[in-house]
Amino acid sequence: MSRRAELVLALLGAAAVVLLSWAVPWLRFVLTIALAKGVAVLGILLLLRAGQVSFGHALYLALAAYMAAFGASRIPDTLLLLPLAGIVAAAAGLAIGLFVSRYRGIFFGMLNLALSMVFYSLLEKFYAVTRGADGLRVPATTFGGAALSAEGQSWAMLCVALIAAFGSGAFVKVYLASPLGSALSAVKTRETRLEFMGVPARLVLLAAYVLSAFLAGIGGVIVALSTRHVTPALAYWTTSGELVFIAVLGGAGGVLGPFLGAAAYELTRVYAAALVAEAWQMALGAVLLLVILFAPGGLWGMGQALAARRRPA
Amino acid sequence: MSAWFVENGMLLGLATLDGVSSAASVFMVAVGLNLVFGVLRVLNVAHGSLYAIGGYAAASTSLFLLARGMPAWAALPLLLVSSAIVGGILGPPIERLLRLMQGQEEVLQLLVTFALFMILEDGQKLVWGVRPVVSDAPVKVLGTIEVPFGSDAIPFTAYQLLVLPGVALLTLAVLAFVLRRTLFGRMIVAVTVDREAARAMGIDAGRVTLLTFSAGAALAALGGALASPTTSLVPGIGASTIVLSFAVVATAGLGQIEGAALSAFMIGLGRSLAVYFAPELEVVVPYLIMVAVLLVRPQGLFGTLEARRI
Repeated sequence: MSRRAELVLALLGAAAVVLLSWAVPWLRFVLTIALAKGVAVLGILLLLRAGQVSFGHALYLALAAYMAAFGASRIPDTLLLLPLAGIVAAAAGLAIGLFVSRYRGIFFGMLNLALSMVFYSLLEKFYAVTRGADGLRVPATTFGGAALSAEGQSWAMLCVALIAAFGSGAFVKVYLASPLGSALSAVKTRETRLEFMGVPARLVLLAAYVLSAFLAGIGGVIVALSTRHVTPALAYWTTSGELVFIAVLGGAGGVLGPFLGAAAYELTRVYAAALVAEAWQMALGAVLLLVILFAPGGLWGMGQALAARRRPA
Repeated sequence: MSAWFVENGMLLGLATLDGVSSAASVFMVAVGLNLVFGVLRVLNVAHGSLYAIGGYAAASTSLFLLARGMPAWAALPLLLVSSAIVGGILGPPIERLLRLMQGQEEVLQLLVTFALFMILEDGQKLVWGVRPVVSDAPVKVLGTIEVPFGSDAIPFTAYQLLVLPGVALLTLAVLAFVLRRTLFGRMIVAVTVDREAARAMGIDAGRVTLLTFSAGAALAALGGALASPTTSLVPGIGASTIVLSFAVVATAGLGQIEGAALSAFMIGLGRSLAVYFAPELEVVVPYLIMVAVLLVRPQGLFGTLEARRI
């Protein structure tokens, strides 16, 4: 797909998001969350390019969300809080990445899961600081110094999410085309040859890992500031599983995949979660199996295949 | 130092006993995980759910049968029977699905087991609900033993003191014997080392894989069943079990069976010491041990470095 076509699609998607949130006000919140998750999933996509899957990226999402919750009373502006909490998540990603980037496949996935489980239980156990399972309320934040009404705040958060989505999507696209990004797929296929060429595979993966932690953090801040409440559940494995699920559902082929997947996921959840509230994870697992077995390209891959069939080259 | 011992000696003894019994059930899960990894080359994330389901199945069948007049002693063998049934029912279909994925990218195989894990976690919640289930009949049958400890004695349940470590040691011995001395065990080893070559020698690799996977599943279920009388089963136990047993397996080195026993003991002990002396750190200790080991020896304590393939 050409770069222009992708940009047009992205703009159309953004227009659809704005239109939907104007026509159906309660969807505004759902779409903001979908965009936030899409940003976080972009990070998962980077790792998938390297053939790695992290079952623990909820750690960064939750870390940034809690940073936002703690920081909102001291730095009450969204536009400052967002990058700051993202940087904290990236710093944590660097510290953990130095360790996990030595591993591949099973170990990479499981070490991430283990660390996120540790973080989850720390959030739960240190009640004095984190209020345990009750979570923390996030105070209202300003936008560039302006305090907004509840209505204005929700529009502003949607705009922030849209801008973050565009910014991170464009950045990841450029990143993937850069030498550092192309090296990621070499980590997946033949790491040794990459090393023979003098490219340190570990650093390639580490760079992608730090970026993915940053993106998960940005997603986490937007989630925290929109829901105005953070709980340890944000760090639980189900949240990490959700991110991986969205990445596979949307497809790892293009940067629009995560957003497509996130929108499909959140919209389905709004309608179906009540129907299968008890078996939500089960439904997700079944869909995940079906996508892996029958449509490995995800929604984005399916769309591309359809477009290609209609317009034979 | 000696004053500290006088003051905390009792706790230390209690923590050691606790550590041994919790290590025993973690070992059962970890060793199953190892076996399955050996023949299928995939880390089964759903393995933790088998532990949880094994525990739930054992607890609820024993509650069901006890209410209908089953003698209390029968609760003990029931643990074995119910976990064999869980392994026999859930093992084969999961193995079939994972075998479909063989030869695919490693990340896809891992994702499939993760999808299974999501399905089983909710399945278990649908069947057994979210309220804790506990059946302590096997513990009550055996009563308690006074463990002499200096001038004092620690009362400890015979179940935790004898049955749990006993079954774990027996499993270890049987596995070591089967894998090293019997024809079928050698077939498992052959398939683990080189599937192609094993098939060329006329070994039915599919059958070996199926049986090994079911045995691994049954071991996980047995681990859960053995733990069920002493811990209350709650949702989420599958997730923490898979992560904990992964920590055990990674610390020992993937594929090491005796090593897994030793690292299960280390991690179990570390965790129970944390329970008594620094309760906030209980969940962190196993991973601290794992990370510390992996930083020094990335292949695990007993693992051998695999040559990089070009």
